[in-house]
Amino acid sequence: MSHNTLLVFEVTILVLAIFLGFEVISKVPTLLHTPLMSGTNAIHGIVLVGAMLILGSPHKGAFGWVVGFLAVVLGSANVVGGFVVTDRMLEMFKKREAPKAADAASDGKSAE
Amino acid sequence: MSTNVANLLYLIPIVTFILALRFLSNPAHARRGNQIGALGMFVAIVVTWIKTGGTSWWAIALGMLIGGGFGAVAARRVKMTAMPQMVALFNGVGGGAAALIALAELHKILPDPGRPKIDIGLAIFLSGLIGAISFSGSMVAFAKLQELIRGRPITYPGQKVGNLALLAACVAVGVTLAAGVQDEWLLWAVLGGATLFGVLFVLPIGGADMPVVISLLNAFTGLAVAVGGFELENNVLIVSGMLVGASGTLLTILMGSAMNRSIANVLFGAFGQVSAAAAAAAETDGGAVRSASAEDVAVMLAYAHKVVFVPGYGLAVAQAQHDVRQLADLLEAKGVEVSYAIHPVAGRMPGHMNVLLAEANVPYPQLKEMDEANPEFSRTDVALVVGANDVVNPDARNNQGSPIYGMPILNVDNANAVVVLKRSMNPGFAGIENPLFYNPKTVMLFGDAKDSITKLIADVKAL
Repeated sequence: MSHNTLLVFEVTILVLAIFLGFEVISKVPTLLHTPLMSGTNAIHGIVLVGAMLILGSPHKGAFGWVVGFLAVVLGSANVVGGFVVTDRMLEMFKKREAPKAADAASDGKSAE
Repeated sequence: MSTNVANLLYLIPIVTFILALRFLSNPAHARRGNQIGALGMFVAIVVTWIKTGGTSWWAIALGMLIGGGFGAVAARRVKMTAMPQMVALFNGVGGGAAALIALAELHKILPDPGRPKIDIGLAIFLSGLIGAISFSGSMVAFAKLQELIRGRPITYPGQKVGNLALLAACVAVGVTLAAGVQDEWLLWAVLGGATLFGVLFVLPIGGADMPVVISLLNAFTGLAVAVGGFELENNVLIVSGMLVGASGTLLTILMGSAMNRSIANVLFGAFGQVSAAAAAAAETDGGAVRSASAEDVAVMLAYAHKVVFVPGYGLAVAQAQHDVRQLADLLEAKGVEVSYAIHPVAGRMPGHMNVLLAEANVPYPQLKEMDEANPEFSRTDVALVVGANDVVNPDARNNQGSPIYGMPILNVDNANAVVVLKRSMNPGFAGIENPLFYNPKTVMLFGDAKDSITKLIADVKAL
């Protein structure tokens, strides 16, 4: 694929991704705004892939080594930290099955 | 692995990220969504690992160990209340990584004659610029929330003009670079200028607005990553980065509209500056403040029919969510109807209070959002404000001179009585006087929220 064909293709998926990004979160309740911010924060940790490609490229000078290594460190912190923090937040959104069942039972009694 | 095979396999992380965002729409599936996203990220890393064919594999592994280790430990150790600044920190390092990639990529291609091509040059400049702003801006946001530096807006004359000039200079240098002037120092200049801009841009914004800023910087990092995908001709970076860029922008707008303020007003309004006139006005109509003992308040609560808790950042600081839950249980056992009124921007991030109260196992149905909670206040006996301030400030309704005029608030002053738990009479994070405290219906219970609630629990038990 020539460089320009590739560029047009890349711009196309970029624009589609913009609309997709708006669409997928338009229905998130306020309740989940913080975890959502944290979750998207983890997703842009995909920058680690770019950092790996820099550090893993065969012809790099000392500069590439240092900068690539730093980028990998920062990118991995973003990925791991982002997902762990989000998980810790969401962990607390557990449904409480037992009390709900109890509520339902008492409702039934009062109805009788 | 050929580029085509790799690009096909990169569809896996792309699909998982979309699913992750989708699953986050529902509390029941949200955690699974995050796990799906993490799995997709793992696939992306493995594919990239294979793609590099083992070049410098030990350096990559070491870097991931250091960065990942730091991320895991920091994320595990942080208290729930410090989550917002942790998000800011991890967002900042992501932006920093994007800026470094731009630098490395330019360094690699500069020696080739006739390069960089204009689109690649533009991508390098933009991802460097946005990544560096996101990095330094997030670090300032982190420092403000961690209270390493003052939360109040820091302003000086000519600030907006100076910032704008700095940004314009960065863009001018960047355009020169993209136009084909082959000098690496141009990018260094852009990165330096952008880092400075990030600091200057966040410094004047008050601590209470940090959530909006972090959300915006989160979108910035996403954008920087997407643009970085053009440098490396990598689809997964373009799509994932832009997903975050777009959803982050929408989230920022939603958060702004929850405060009834435009994003421009948040960013450039130096919100929280106490204008001399407004302060004077507040002083003149300020009556006496009534403070009460825990025993008095315990009696009020125990003999009420309906009590509404209004949590704010003070609850988070004091880590009082479990005690609040305990007090609520105690009151319920006495036949009091208990609910929680949650303002969309209470705390430091939207949903901050929901997270804390969920941690204390408060049942969902008791958490009322603003529109649902407000009509209830007129038949509420006691509204118990735990460390909230600006979100219950009646000036937002009544005083056109107030900086928060027009912001939707929780109308706690419609309740029969208001009890405010507060550390002292200092104004809140935004630095605005609150006439609610001088309302004859209001009594103040001074002290750390956790200590006060603990006393209330003991006193209600003793009744």
